[in-house]
Amino acid sequence: MLRVVLALVLLAIGSASVAQERGPLRIEITEGVIEPVPIAVPDFLTDDPALAARAAEIAGVVRADLAGSGLFRPIPADAFISQVTNLDSPVQYADWQAINAQGLVTGKLIGADGKYTVQFRLFDIFAETTLGEGLQFTAADTAWRRLAHKVADAVYSRITGEGGYFDSRVVFVAESGPKDARDKRLAIMDYDGANTRYLTQPGDIVLAPRISRDGGQVLYTSYATGRPRVTLIETETLATRVLDEQPGSMTFSPRFTPDGQGVLLSLSERGNTDLYRLDLAGGARTRLTEAPSIETAPSFAPDGERIVFESDRSGNQQLYVMAADGSGVERISFGPGRYGTPVWSPKGDLIAFTKQHRGRFHIGVMRPDGSEERLLTASFLDESPTWAPNGRVLMFTRETPGAAGGAQLFSVDVTGRNLRPVPTPGPASDPAWSPLQE
Amino acid sequence: MTRLAVLFLAAVALAACEPTNRAPAALPGVAGDPTSAAFFRAAVGDRVLFAVDEATLGTQARNTLEAQARWLIENGGYNAVIEGHADEQGTREYNLALGARRAAAVKEFLVARGVADGRLDTVTFGKERPIEICSEETCYERNRRAVTVIAAGAGA
Repeated sequence: MLRVVLALVLLAIGSASVAQERGPLRIEITEGVIEPVPIAVPDFLTDDPALAARAAEIAGVVRADLAGSGLFRPIPADAFISQVTNLDSPVQYADWQAINAQGLVTGKLIGADGKYTVQFRLFDIFAETTLGEGLQFTAADTAWRRLAHKVADAVYSRITGEGGYFDSRVVFVAESGPKDARDKRLAIMDYDGANTRYLTQPGDIVLAPRISRDGGQVLYTSYATGRPRVTLIETETLATRVLDEQPGSMTFSPRFTPDGQGVLLSLSERGNTDLYRLDLAGGARTRLTEAPSIETAPSFAPDGERIVFESDRSGNQQLYVMAADGSGVERISFGPGRYGTPVWSPKGDLIAFTKQHRGRFHIGVMRPDGSEERLLTASFLDESPTWAPNGRVLMFTRETPGAAGGAQLFSVDVTGRNLRPVPTPGPASDPAWSPLQE
Repeated sequence: MTRLAVLFLAAVALAACEPTNRAPAALPGVAGDPTSAAFFRAAVGDRVLFAVDEATLGTQARNTLEAQARWLIENGGYNAVIEGHADEQGTREYNLALGARRAAAVKEFLVARGVADGRLDTVTFGKERPIEICSEETCYERNRRAVTVIAAGAGA
């Protein structure tokens, strides 16, 4: 049975005497629905009345992040008994205990010279103690949402013991127009759908982007030359460069190598598709597979030593793992149906994939050796999973059937809980989640 | 047998009406002129269909391609781009590879029938450019196609 160790353990609600019969708080995400933890995040304080609205907005983003994870339930402000008026005043634990808040986040916004600093503290209400040291983050005032995400990441991380994922970005394909003439543009947004910016112009077909570790570059497949070509775009200058432009061939399915110096891609020549590694600086190309079948959708393990990919060498799409140099290929998927688009988790412990079986599409996860397969979603068409930086949440494309069908981004956690749409300005597909921002 | 019959009927239906051609490079012309690209599309038949997940050419497809090869040899001033397509029931990148495989199957057949290799280019659109937009087999079977798009050649 499933032994994905997803015990998200609420940290160290010490054995403090005041624990009021409560044992250490522990969330074990297995297969059942868990009850989100009630948490109070009052609007942040500020000494500058002109910043009050922004301080409230920042706390609002923290609440939205925590609620969106499915692990927390922010308590509405009108239920509060105590009001936080000073970051340094003692917390009235009894007042928060009375409304069953298990955690309390207090914060203060300070503005100076076009910069914001947010100070915050996290309290374990029933242990009557702070959880970790107070922290502060500083950023340009225009980046205020990032400050909120950093606070939420710290809270999530302290309470679950897992890394956070809120201060991250997602590159995706913004779609418009009818199904038989769909226009596709690359776009980038915050993980929660805020701050969308388009990277390419209308009038092209762009597919399946991937973002570099530092967020500065995006690889994707473009039809700007009339045929699919792997293209690199700089996210700041929007300068583009077509990679490996060999006559007669087509390239797609690009992925950065973990060191960011190279690209894995599929190259199709005379109808045969194989995997290659391309050196970004020098352009040197190394062939990794040589088979008459389709080899595509590669994904590096985070340590860079192995690659998972899909191949139809057995007669239909299945998943295979090989060494980074292409040696030692082993099939890992053996269940009924077809398996594609494998993506190695940033933690290394799981591989996410798209599965087609009996006319339905699923997003699933399995161990890198193929064991413990687990399907997380089911619909007419789910595909292209991408991992959150902490390896605990996936985003993917869901498309609805028929002439009016459209694509939308969804997220789900690795246990199949907390399935929810991701807000985008319009139809969207092919998400690629960035690492946590520096 | 049933599948072949369905494919055949679909091909007849396609041949009966003027197929929509969305290729930007499509050449103008009058269907009545047997040397025109319009004639090629309407009378010769510019597309062949494939079974699910297959790039194998069936009897009907081979008949169409025999006619395409004859026309291309007789009209040596044209080149052609063969576009391979897939239906929506597949993952995006796999479908790109599948479309490439279908386009290559058509090109190989035409070259084997005597069309010069250098006159034929291939491109895959995967599932990005369906011509039918319903999510049923009646639409899917027409989307699993390779379309020979006539383009201006060296002698045109």
